Amino acid sequence: MVQMPVYIGKRLLVAIPTLLIISIFVFSLQKLLPGDPIMAMAGEERDPAVLEPLREKYHLNDPIPVQYVRWLGGVAQGDLGVSLRTNQPVLELIGQKLPVTIQLAVMSMFFAVIIGVPMGILAAVKKNTILDYIANLVALSGLSVPNFWLGIMLILLISVNLGWLPASGFESIFVDPVRSIQTMLMPSFVLGTGLAATLMRHTRSAMLGVLSSDYIRTARAKGLSPREVILSHSFRNALLPVVTLSALLFGELLAGAVLTEQIFTIPGFGKLIVDAVFNRDYAVVQGVVMCTAVGFLVMNLAADILYVLLNPRLRATL
Amino acid sequence: MSAVSQTAVPAKRESSRAWRKLKANRSSVAGFIIIIFFVALAALAPVLPIPDPVVTSWSAIRKAPSAAHWLGTDDLGRDILSRMVWGAQASLMAGVFSVAIAVVIGVPFGILAGYFGGWVDLIISRITEALLAMPFLIMAIALAAFLGPSLTNAMIAIGLSAMPIFVRLTRGQVLAVKQEDFVEGARSVGLGHLDIMLRYILPNVTAPIIVQATLTVATAIIAEASLSFLGLGQQPPAASWGSMLNVAKNFLTQAPWMAMWPGIAIFLVVIGFNLLGDGLRDALDPREN
Repeated sequence: MVQMPVYIGKRLLVAIPTLLIISIFVFSLQKLLPGDPIMAMAGEERDPAVLEPLREKYHLNDPIPVQYVRWLGGVAQGDLGVSLRTNQPVLELIGQKLPVTIQLAVMSMFFAVIIGVPMGILAAVKKNTILDYIANLVALSGLSVPNFWLGIMLILLISVNLGWLPASGFESIFVDPVRSIQTMLMPSFVLGTGLAATLMRHTRSAMLGVLSSDYIRTARAKGLSPREVILSHSFRNALLPVVTLSALLFGELLAGAVLTEQIFTIPGFGKLIVDAVFNRDYAVVQGVVMCTAVGFLVMNLAADILYVLLNPRLRATL
Repeated sequence: MSAVSQTAVPAKRESSRAWRKLKANRSSVAGFIIIIFFVALAALAPVLPIPDPVVTSWSAIRKAPSAAHWLGTDDLGRDILSRMVWGAQASLMAGVFSVAIAVVIGVPFGILAGYFGGWVDLIISRITEALLAMPFLIMAIALAAFLGPSLTNAMIAIGLSAMPIFVRLTRGQVLAVKQEDFVEGARSVGLGHLDIMLRYILPNVTAPIIVQATLTVATAIIAEASLSFLGLGQQPPAASWGSMLNVAKNFLTQAPWMAMWPGIAIFLVVIGFNLLGDGLRDALDPREN
């Protein structure tokens, strides 16, 4: 276990070039922009005497490599620029919106796990039976249904027709926990179903792999009950790829949050990027993409470390 | 996106066996039929006896499904069935073209990285890794936003976002095939790199690429619908299933049918491609034998 910090250090070093490439990509995004951001910011104003100082202020007259290095220097210190719309620092904006999306993500993951994992186990244990087919069909449907449409349909059914849950709105969990969970139930269910499908498929194949292994045969041979074989011998080992997959799914969660937040008007990370796109607030768009990528790399690293920690055989090879 | 088998198969010998296996798989046949149905619908859109999809009618605003309008009308009195049929064109085109972009760029880079190794591989792999760190949809949204909203730009954005998957997949396949005796043989008789890559490597890495492409069409169709739903894809008055949903969400209480049909259509087409893709994987995967 002494080698663990070395392993983490190595992984962090490898992440640096990846981050640099991402930063180049994120920076060059703004150069694809068809309109002039200064014009967008200035609104009706077309007087060069007003526009020029603004251009200077945002260093838009400098050569592109200079702009990049300046921008990267800022990013490295946590300065992602200022929102052209609200004049707030981008990092601060992201910091405000992120907790909302994290709550959505955690609740979605909860739905994904309680639906996906048991369904995957059931499908594997009852392989090639009607239960397996149904579970597979449900998973396939979960993967194929556009989650924003599912959201619209749920609003129609549960909010409009039945009036059980609010169709939109958000309340912080620290202010009014009950209301907060109520407003988040539908969005997180919608977002969770797609992930549940992925989790189900992976749990099923991991379980099938484990169930056909020698030590399970031994466990059965020595007379353990099927329940014991499945829960204490198979499931724990099948959980390994599933746990790491869950970490990786957070990238997908963030992307899914964009649409879900849009439908349920939740003021989170996803709504931030969409609003920024329409406001041509490109510092915010860039900031969101950059933060997402960094978050994804961190989750990746966490998944790898978790994988090593959970697997004694890998731990020994460190 | 699902993982694909890592083993290469000698191309021609396997294809008829794979075809038989695919035909025997009922769910992939069902997927294929669904796809053919929508492709036919999209292709026949100009000749089908349906109203013009963009002509508005003030006397027929938000009419529920009836004999005159089988699927009802929208907020501007346009026939929803007609818009659905024309929307099929946009969705299928978006799915196929964006995957084509991803394949045409991704596969050559994957072959180069796998075949040459060394610094070529290092550079291509690092860039791929960086691109993969940005979630598909967020990257597509960012690109579509900066390129400007249009169906073409949405396709480009989706294609570029899906591209790294194909680089990585192809690279892995090439690494396996490169070790095979027939590649060694080709090299020893003095064939050039380009010849070896095109005639010996490429045919033997296509199977998993076809599987991945089929599954990616499904993802791309949802991505196009998502971008159009956000207003970053197909622009009005032209129809696409995603943009129809974008409008429909404002009339949920008055005209719920507006939101129903496009979603069902997306779901069916996507499940069609997923079923076919899964079937293809089973048919082409040598481990299943």
